[in-house]
Amino acid sequence: MSRADEHVPLVDLAGERLLPARARNLSPIVPRASIAGRALVAVVAIMTFLASITTGVVLLVSSSAAEWQSEVASELTIQVRPQAGRDLETDVAAASGAIRAQSGIVDVKAFTKEESAKLLEPWLGSGLSFDDLPVPRVIVARVQPGTALNMAELRKRVNQVAPNASVDDHRAWIERMRSMSGATLLAGVGILILVIAATIISVSFATRGAMAANHPIVEVLHFVGAGDRYIADRFFRHFLLLGLEGGVIGGGIAMLGFGFSESIASWFSGTPIGDQFAALLGTFSLRLSGYLVLAVQALMIAAITAWASRRTLFATLDDMD
Amino acid sequence: MVRFENVGLRYGLGPEILRDLNFLIPAHSFQFLTGPSGAGKTSLLKLLFISLRPTRGLVNLFGQDVSLLSKDDVANLRKRIGIVLQDFRLLDHMTTYENVALPFRVMGREEASYRKEVIDLLKWVGLGERMDSLPPILSGGEKQRAAIARAVISRPQLLLADEPTGNVDPTLGRRLLRLFIELNKSGTAVVIATHDVTLMDQYDARRLVLHQGRLHIYE
Repeated sequence: MSRADEHVPLVDLAGERLLPARARNLSPIVPRASIAGRALVAVVAIMTFLASITTGVVLLVSSSAAEWQSEVASELTIQVRPQAGRDLETDVAAASGAIRAQSGIVDVKAFTKEESAKLLEPWLGSGLSFDDLPVPRVIVARVQPGTALNMAELRKRVNQVAPNASVDDHRAWIERMRSMSGATLLAGVGILILVIAATIISVSFATRGAMAANHPIVEVLHFVGAGDRYIADRFFRHFLLLGLEGGVIGGGIAMLGFGFSESIASWFSGTPIGDQFAALLGTFSLRLSGYLVLAVQALMIAAITAWASRRTLFATLDDMD
Repeated sequence: MVRFENVGLRYGLGPEILRDLNFLIPAHSFQFLTGPSGAGKTSLLKLLFISLRPTRGLVNLFGQDVSLLSKDDVANLRKRIGIVLQDFRLLDHMTTYENVALPFRVMGREEASYRKEVIDLLKWVGLGERMDSLPPILSGGEKQRAAIARAVISRPQLLLADEPTGNVDPTLGRRLLRLFIELNKSGTAVVIATHDVTLMDQYDARRLVLHQGRLHIYE
């Protein structure tokens, strides 16, 4: 047992009146006011906001891309081109029959001549007679989801009945979609890495500043026998709270932004930009799981803030030794 | 308790300011460390407090070679040493009471377990009415007494004091010396660095005299 634990009074004041024992609210060893907290909260909040917006947009693009991919992957398009000496209507019917006979095909729709003309309207305008134009005809077939078709076999069968028909399973389009969503994801991850790096650097600077401002406190704590862990813990609490505060503010504002995104999107509807975004992403609304991801991310940034400050605290204490 | 063997100290590439120090500080002993200004008293105290490491020689504290100590070991050893520095080093945002209680707080003790002890000591050093005051409004003498109270409150095994009576009147100086003697009687080894001959004449104790970097001991 150490001598300090023996509880024998060092001085005897038996003859003097003692102050009544009362609980005291002890001041924090490291005063919160000595840490430039507001600036750090603002930095963490801005970083969390940017990270949340990035993640939210990546989630929206990924889910939209996944939807397009599944829609496109469950369709086949057969284009039957007019050819001299062959009856287009007969070829369309034969190709439709060949497709319909394929197992895994759930629906076949051949576009009529009028419907095909309507498809070309945006480019050629209305009121034109398509009778003299060699307009190809389109057949759209829906595939049972999860069915793997033997495309080579199918093409062969269609070409046997309609040699001027081509079967497209949108593979090239899907590949482009996949690489587009992959690139978006990669860009998002890149931005997140930059945001996290900037957060770590800002927090390290703030921690070093706080340690420098509180150097006399650190020295006194060393004098009274406090170890680095004890000293670091006194500072760490402040930084953890600051990180949480910044994370909640930044993440909260971003979540509110996504929450009101449909209203915001409606302000831009009718404008070219608004329409492009609507076509690309549908609405800006996130699913519940998206909000959960944003909440976890805000906590993660608070944890990164705490970790970076702790690492800097120990490094600075080593330098101070 | 403390053993110095052929200890030398220099700052950077400068001349050796402490040379060939060989001495023991036994447990329960009391000594004055004296010598002219610039003789190296404060540097020797810093070696004893492990704030400095010797450039050569062996310093053994509480049976441990200080050159082999980790940072945690140093922190643990410092819990057994009390130090009073000339510039007091009180924390301005904490009351006198909180400053004096700081060693207990660092040890992780509950406030209720040391409250009476801290209040008693503050009254003993004449700061009973100032315990809720912040250091910036204390006089130099009051700060010194608070710093001494902080150094002795946890009854360290070794107490190092650098000019502890430099800012107080002779009456209070005698009272503080009495505190150091009481502490010594309860088992603490005491080293008081001072040039105050009047203070040293008040108590018959061993004298360690530093002169031109060398130590002369008068038992």
